[in-house]
Amino acid sequence: MNRRKAIFTGLTSAGALLLSGCLKKAPPTYGSILRMGDDLTYAAQRGLLSQRALAMEYQKSDITSFPVTDIGDPANPASKNAYSKEYEELQRNNFKDWTLSVEGCVAKPGKYSLDALKRIGARTQITRHTCEEGWSAIAEWTGVPLGAVLKDAGILPAAKFVCLYGFDKYAESIDMLDAFHPQTILAHTMNGENLPARNGAPLRLRVETQIGYKNVKYLQRIVVSDKFVDPNGDINSGWSWYTGI
Amino acid sequence: MSASQNQKTGNIHHKGWVKSTHFIITLSFFALTISGFVILMSHPRLYWGKAGNDLTPALFELPISRNYHHGGWDKSIPFKHLTGSQVSAARTYDIFNENGWGRSTHFLAAWFLIITGFIYFIAGFFTGHFRYNLVLQRGEFNLKLLWRDFASHFRKQAHYSGKYGLTQKITYLLVIFFLFPLVILTGFTMSPAITASYPFLLKIFFGHQSARTIHFFSAVLLVLFLLVHLVMVARSGFKRKLWAITFGK
Repeated sequence: MNRRKAIFTGLTSAGALLLSGCLKKAPPTYGSILRMGDDLTYAAQRGLLSQRALAMEYQKSDITSFPVTDIGDPANPASKNAYSKEYEELQRNNFKDWTLSVEGCVAKPGKYSLDALKRIGARTQITRHTCEEGWSAIAEWTGVPLGAVLKDAGILPAAKFVCLYGFDKYAESIDMLDAFHPQTILAHTMNGENLPARNGAPLRLRVETQIGYKNVKYLQRIVVSDKFVDPNGDINSGWSWYTGI
Repeated sequence: MSASQNQKTGNIHHKGWVKSTHFIITLSFFALTISGFVILMSHPRLYWGKAGNDLTPALFELPISRNYHHGGWDKSIPFKHLTGSQVSAARTYDIFNENGWGRSTHFLAAWFLIITGFIYFIAGFFTGHFRYNLVLQRGEFNLKLLWRDFASHFRKQAHYSGKYGLTQKITYLLVIFFLFPLVILTGFTMSPAITASYPFLLKIFFGHQSARTIHFFSAVLLVLFLLVHLVMVARSGFKRKLWAITFGK
């Protein structure tokens, strides 16, 4: 193989990777070259990495302090956009009346109490939260695997993405591979105690193969969708939807 | 196969693929440096170990944005069931954060760097570019020669042989085979998805935050290399050399 041929082959395979990224129901780019790069990274990470591999789990002695850097406290009327009167009332009653609604592409849409969720299953893991800002923190989480909840609700074959909505009006969506990843859990316990208020009480998402901002707190509603939805508008506001890197 | 030399100017004549990969890598490196700096501005604290954040001690902090020592934290709440002094605290400060475009620009430029770098590596091995122009020849290296060659860079009148000098070869070898691989691998080590598949990365670089710190220092060394490289290019006739590496025949 001569040099020119080698370069040509290299460029075509890179192009093919890019193309397959665009064809395979990738998130829309709205013509932005940065979003095209995000889609290339998404396609490459899905195509080249093991999708069942577990993120590193740590020892109890590795647990660190944990900053709270979300968009605001939904129980506090002073927080600008994050405040929810409904959440404030639920919190006042110690979340006794709190339920998680599971809707969309499922055979049995419905509401789950915290006890009902705990009956479905549990997984405990000591993992690292990696923030896009550059910091990281290690904590122990216990929760119900998201995949088990989706199965319990009778997820339909048409399902492609799972959207998770928080009371603070924050929301994110993940694909089926991340939704059914064994370490993707809905956590109700952090470092051995009920999820503290500002860490997302009473239930939050942990998706350990992506960056921190995918981990929706103060969960209210899960909607399974048969098409791509970007509920927080990550892409429109100039952020990558997929954050495996 | 070695890069031929023009008798008149003493310029090295590079092959087309050397010039085009050098050009693309230069542009990607600029984009990576600028976006990397912007990313660092949003959290200008560096740590050693598996994890680190504003509530844990830092190795050092850089005064490069308003986030430096910002101190905007709500009261600390200890985790009741932990035996250590770990706490949680909410941020009350509106930080500088341009990582939306910063991160995506960084990764897009990294794609160009990695694909072009890969082509450069393959071509460098198979065309003999590395063997003839970069690898030290027998008898070329001893400390005395290295010192003499190194010292000659500080004289007023630079000397051109039309081939890479000893210091130049060693520097290029370090940049190509050590610093670039190191900066790329430590970059991968910050990715949650990549380290799930390749956990050895977290082991060899001593953890996520250590990898970030090594990434920072190797980037600093690469920028220093770039500055010295530019000074040397300027001293040996900037326009002529720049023309030669970009369009030269």
